[in-house]
Amino acid sequence: MNLISKSAYINMGYFQPFPFLCLSERDDNMEKSKQRPEPMQALTLYKHSRCLYFQEEEKLIKKELASLKEQVASPNTTMRQMKEIMVRAIYCEMLGYQASFSYIHAIKLAQQGSVLEKRVGYLAVSLFLKETDEFLLLLVNTVLKDLQSTNLIEVCMALTVVSQMFPKDMIPAILPVVEEKLTHPKEIIRRKAVLALYKFYLIAPNQVQHIHSKFRKALCDKDPGVMTASLHIYLQLIKESPESYKDLTGSMVTILRQVVGGKLPLDFNYHSVPAPWLQIQLLRILAYLGKEDQGTSEVMYDVLEESLRRAEMNHNITYAILYECVKTIYTVHPKSQLLEKAAECIGNFVLSPKINLKYLGLKALTYVVQQDANLALPHQITIIECLDHSDVIIKRETLELLFRITNAQNVTVIVEKMLEFLRLTSDDYSTIDLVGKVAELTMNSVFSLGGDVMQPDIPNNFLRLLAEGVDSVEDRQLRLFAVDSYVSLLQGETAKLPQRFLQVISWVLGEYSYLREEDSDPGSVMRLLARLLDQRHTSTETRSWVLGAMTKLCSSPVSVALARDVCERYLSWAKSVWANIPLCVTFEILVDSSLSFLDGYVSEALAAGAAPYKSPHQRQEELVQEKALSLEPYGLSLPVSLSSCSITDRLTDRQSPTLLSMSSGLSGNSTELSHKEGSTALKLDGVKRVWGKDGYLAQQQSAGETPIPQVELPSPLLSPQSPPSQTQKPSSGPEPDQEKRQLASSLFVGLGSHNSVCLVRLPSTVCSVSIADQSNVFKALFKPFYINSCRSALHNLLDTTTVASEGGAATTTLQQTSQRTLDHTTSNGSPHVEGTEQRVEAGGPLSLIRGNDLHPAPALERPRDLPLTSHLPAELSGLARSELTTLCSDHDPSLALSACRVYKEDALVLLVFISNNTDSTLHQMALQLTCKELEVYFSDWPLTVSTGDYGKMWLSFSHDLKQNLRLVTTEHQEPLTATLDALKGKLHLHIVDVIGSEGIVACRLLQGQGQGQPCLLHCRVHADSLAVWLRSPVPELPDSLLYHCQKALTET
Amino acid sequence: MMHFLLLFSRQGKLRLQKWFTPVPEREKKKIVRDMTTMVLGRKPRSCNFLHWKDLKIVYKKYASLYFCCGLDAEENELLALEVLHRYVELLDKYFGNVCELDIIFNFEKAYFILDEFLLGGEVQETSKQVLSRSIEASDMLQETMEEYMSKPAF
Repeated sequence: MNLISKSAYINMGYFQPFPFLCLSERDDNMEKSKQRPEPMQALTLYKHSRCLYFQEEEKLIKKELASLKEQVASPNTTMRQMKEIMVRAIYCEMLGYQASFSYIHAIKLAQQGSVLEKRVGYLAVSLFLKETDEFLLLLVNTVLKDLQSTNLIEVCMALTVVSQMFPKDMIPAILPVVEEKLTHPKEIIRRKAVLALYKFYLIAPNQVQHIHSKFRKALCDKDPGVMTASLHIYLQLIKESPESYKDLTGSMVTILRQVVGGKLPLDFNYHSVPAPWLQIQLLRILAYLGKEDQGTSEVMYDVLEESLRRAEMNHNITYAILYECVKTIYTVHPKSQLLEKAAECIGNFVLSPKINLKYLGLKALTYVVQQDANLALPHQITIIECLDHSDVIIKRETLELLFRITNAQNVTVIVEKMLEFLRLTSDDYSTIDLVGKVAELTMNSVFSLGGDVMQPDIPNNFLRLLAEGVDSVEDRQLRLFAVDSYVSLLQGETAKLPQRFLQVISWVLGEYSYLREEDSDPGSVMRLLARLLDQRHTSTETRSWVLGAMTKLCSSPVSVALARDVCERYLSWAKSVWANIPLCVTFEILVDSSLSFLDGYVSEALAAGAAPYKSPHQRQEELVQEKALSLEPYGLSLPVSLSSCSITDRLTDRQSPTLLSMSSGLSGNSTELSHKEGSTALKLDGVKRVWGKDGYLAQQQSAGETPIPQVELPSPLLSPQSPPSQTQKPSSGPEPDQEKRQLASSLFVGLGSHNSVCLVRLPSTVCSVSIADQSNVFKALFKPFYINSCRSALHNLLDTTTVASEGGAATTTLQQTSQRTLDHTTSNGSPHVEGTEQRVEAGGPLSLIRGNDLHPAPALERPRDLPLTSHLPAELSGLARSELTTLCSDHDPSLALSACRVYKEDALVLLVFISNNTDSTLHQMALQLTCKELEVYFSDWPLTVSTGDYGKMWLSFSHDLKQNLRLVTTEHQEPLTATLDALKGKLHLHIVDVIGSEGIVACRLLQGQGQGQPCLLHCRVHADSLAVWLRSPVPELPDSLLYHCQKALTET
Repeated sequence: MMHFLLLFSRQGKLRLQKWFTPVPEREKKKIVRDMTTMVLGRKPRSCNFLHWKDLKIVYKKYASLYFCCGLDAEENELLALEVLHRYVELLDKYFGNVCELDIIFNFEKAYFILDEFLLGGEVQETSKQVLSRSIEASDMLQETMEEYMSKPAF
């Protein structure tokens, strides 16, 4: 190609005459490869002339093409000249210019040229033409002739061209000749013939069926190259039907053992690794053979182990073998010893500083977590790091991995992460892929867990997503997936599924059941739906959705029969069905929209006591009311199962469900709520809410730390800066990032068991207190105790606060896992109290206790002589506080436990008094505080505003709620004042103003997302009730506050 | 199986293309465009693997030239990197200190070498010695001394 002379190119600076491989690389060592520095001169030259070059290029190529065209048309052009023309034409085509005039000449060159011209001709043909090109028919005879040639080179060229692209219907013409070549004395010909047959097999499997026995011969060929080539075919065959080739397992294992053992000629070595391509091919075949077949797998265990062991050299090619080996080990019937080694291998990959290996490690993890999700646990930190990796590919792979370990507890965090990625990505294909996954996760987890409290437009949007897509393959797959997963859901227990989810299910089944072509029984979906109708818990609205779906399915006789049966029972509903389908649905039948033909039935049904028809609007209103009234079980919960949270008082085994009712949907992140008993819950606890609606939330510093100084505790373990203990953070670096660990715990929630890695400590804090000598009273001060006015939560806390005392005996170890007992040291006989740190370290945004260090108070003399309240710390003594409540006194008469709450301006302090009622000295005692469910979102705290400010704020808030509340009636107060006072007392709301029968009240949120956000209440006495109108900038706040108000008023 | 192999320069100029599966012309153009933008847009020290539709893309930069191939989903990425490397080694052995210009001016040779190395998207021969022997054998037949001398040289 001398369009411009070679040296001219270099002088212009377009190209660097640098070799691809440096010296070090030629020594077969890629790892040390370093790019040579670019000379400055070339670079500047390049920049200057770049523009010129591209303009010039186009001009040159156009000119060149014109001249080529002229030349090929000329009868005087020799074959040798034609060869040069072809090369030029190929070059022009590659640059994107059409040179179709040369196609026919390329064929001619292949037909008529000498060996050397023929080769270029074949090359041009293979580059220019497609399998469907009619020109190719002209080539068949030439190929046939060359295949039979005595010149090896010609045979090779012909074999190369047929395995590159060959029209399907022309295969029979040359197949016998190619088959013949399988017995050719030259191994290069045999090899190419095998590969050509492999290609034929891929294009038209039927045509090569009769030569399977010859493939076996190729497999046993004395030349390893031919054998390797035949493995391509076998891989394909075994992939398609592993059962028919089980007998080959032994041979494959033998071959692999020989290869691994270095029995092949040195020619096959690649960077001193014996035939890596062959090894990988064999490993892949073994994976297919041993999949779900214990007997076959057992044959290969030894050789797999040997491959793992041998592939130790530090080179890319050995990593490739290792990766394939690990994949095979995890595909075949498991053997624990091998799995262990493979897992170790994956670990090395994941931890590797080389980015390619990290990527493959993640990929391997993705593959293996499908079998054992716990394998991801040791790599939590790495995975979190990869989630924020600068390389999108790594990020994507990490998401893929997370997708595989999604469960009910971490689904929200993972979906958040995926959406975050979606926002950044621009690639259509990955978007479609990811959206499908998000939808899948959402459908199956979120819907089924919290369906009823979702906004109605969420399911509607989801349905729209399903319905709107163009009829592409992806959409169909998504729909089919939805249908399949819903059918399997319905086949299970449906009683627990939320109504909204059932509605979504019915709609999807109605619309897309036809996609399940393989389903031979058309009535199955129908029957499932009918079963749904018959269930008592199915609501009116859902039934109408189900009926709507059934009408759509009435296409087969079975379905019609079923439908008729159903119809008779549910006629009175029929009318509402038509009115109630919210999305546009195409009906295949004509509908009398007035449904006049049903009038008779309707009146009959009404007479028989059926409910009268209500318009959708009416029903919607009813639904709203229903929702408002039934706040208790679901109203404030998140779309994630609360039922998974079991809160059991460890000692009394009492359920305290009220704690849960405080949670709200503010964050959309529910992982914090999920707690399990005992050590299985290691990873759940103290999960900090770092992912909010707007993405990552900075660690929120609680406003207004109480001024109580931190008591410096003697043990280094207790200081917050102390390095994490080895057992707790084995996989983290020297300075593990707290946030990462928190994220990890929220992502890996629900995985693993107690012996797995624990990143965050248990929430159920156990402290053991040693009391020496004379100290009878011990004051535990929890500070700063951010809590709202939710008394029940506190009461529950106090209820579950149990003192386990052994009289004056030894410390009772209640919780091995988290307890850290400090040996008490008695120095000089003076009273000395030590507490253990109880920081719920990862905090959890919801955790009320933040650094609830146990503050030892000075020992006090004779508690019975003084009222306990006199032991209040000075800084708290002036503040309003609740009555002292005695707790658990019956547990042990020698010890009394009481508590009171002190309201600070911005915090609620819980004081726990422990007093020794005996005269004997208490040497040691253990205090266990179970406060794992102290997660209260909302705290309503006085918001001091003037009436004028109130008015301004009122207008600016968008979320409001109206509700009637019960009025509190007392003898000496107006009902309004009494009610407001009750609310003030219970919830610490700020009464801004009371004018006549109206009162305005304000409060703000103290904790959680939306901290400091106000909520305004407007109350008016209306007949016997109090009409309350709540407004807030936070959507969930009015709802929640209303709930608290209701609760507070019911209590009084 | 490998679906395609592309060699392109830092400016996105195609230097060599090989398609192992039938791809319509328009699709080819799109793939080439997508590959160059994707690969050239990668930051240094990123991993050498990408996704494109359901294909795995493995690429590596050698001096000024990018070697990029598209693979089936089940293929081993690391192995593909070694395929690229072996190809570069073969070119290097043939041309001696191979650089982009060698491929521009002797691209048909680069194709012939590739045809000996890969057949139908699968590696057919991995031995450097065997490969160069067979390449040389066919070269001897082809190239007359006269042609050899007329080749442009630096």
